Amino acid sequence: MKIKLWGVRGSIATTGPDTEIYGGNTSCVTVTHDDYVLVLDGGTGIRQLSGSNYPMHKRIDVLLTHLHLDHIQGLGFFSPLFDSSKEVHIWGPASTSQTLFSRLSRYLSPPLFPVLLRDLPCKLHLHEIGNSQFETGPFRIQSNYIIHPGPTVGYRIMNERAVFAFIPDHEPALGEKGIIKENKWISGFDVAEGADVLLHDSQYTPEEYLNKRGWGHSTINDACLFGSMTSVKRILLSHHDPSHSDAFLEDMLSSFKKGAGNIPSAALAKEQMEIDLS
Amino acid sequence: MAAYEIEIILNRQLADCLSIPVFITDIEGNLIFYNEPAETVLGKRFEETGEMPVGEWSTIFKPLDEEGKPMPPGELPLVKTLNDEYPHHKKFFIESLKGETQHISVTSYPIISRAGKFIGAVAIFWKQKAK
Repeated sequence: MKIKLWGVRGSIATTGPDTEIYGGNTSCVTVTHDDYVLVLDGGTGIRQLSGSNYPMHKRIDVLLTHLHLDHIQGLGFFSPLFDSSKEVHIWGPASTSQTLFSRLSRYLSPPLFPVLLRDLPCKLHLHEIGNSQFETGPFRIQSNYIIHPGPTVGYRIMNERAVFAFIPDHEPALGEKGIIKENKWISGFDVAEGADVLLHDSQYTPEEYLNKRGWGHSTINDACLFGSMTSVKRILLSHHDPSHSDAFLEDMLSSFKKGAGNIPSAALAKEQMEIDLS
Repeated sequence: MAAYEIEIILNRQLADCLSIPVFITDIEGNLIFYNEPAETVLGKRFEETGEMPVGEWSTIFKPLDEEGKPMPPGELPLVKTLNDEYPHHKKFFIESLKGETQHISVTSYPIISRAGKFIGAVAIFWKQKAK
């Protein structure tokens, strides 16, 4: 299993000299096994997977954690959707009221976008999931609803050698006492438990979080506590706040590590980063 | 060990913030969480007891009707919710192990998950004001 990060910025794409190290594209990650590709989230990073830059097989699976704009904005610029020879499967969390087609169509339709979802030339298959298990190609996948505004899932991607947990937007500490330190009371526990690599939301400093409770994101402290509680081997801190420069992110991590106790190996997620779990 | 579904976790997090007693059960009626205000009703602390099987917690206090007669369990709002998956409300008396009687009202509601599945129940207690 090989993992590559194409977008790790949260909320809105952020380009400029201050973000050139960690990158400004929003959420998108690929997981590959031989030549089979899973695309996780359709943020602006997905645009880099288009055309001859990233040849894809006939079947492509795109797994959306949720439908906030920073996770779907790149879909309109993902070339396989416009290629009639491609079979694109989009997996996304079910809602209680509207279909995945209906909710995706709110973005992929005028006035927000010129092309209607139903007019895309590819062979499009939409799959609504929740607390689900399914298989595609060489991958076994588990999805679970997690704490974030609106229907949102985390994904546990497994092949015979490795486990990758993908939870880019998550607020497990929502509540009076933060993360409850009992495994079965932790949102997302089953997704992350024992993973070789966990990519997790760490958008805020503890000070910033005080004014942003309930927005659906984590502090770097809570992300690492979550990683420690779930016994992951390595955590990639992601969903960088658009106001955080490269220097700020590095200061944030080094300040945290100075005061932290026993935490899993933690690193800042960086655009173009590759991890080989073969 | 599977974690609880987030609808259950969020109910606990909400209960933790409230000043009224809240009980959360699984679909079997086992008490999986009660908040600090509920500890005064049960006379036990959650940190000490942890989760309690239905057979244990249901014997801690004795429900009485308006005439002071013991109420059958099937009349309790929480038990009704567990049976029919609908909300219920009732005023009655409870007698604690210490023999104290309190007039309370109880509202219970089912936790129906986003997937439409019945996954637990919540009961909220209010002490009735003395007339």
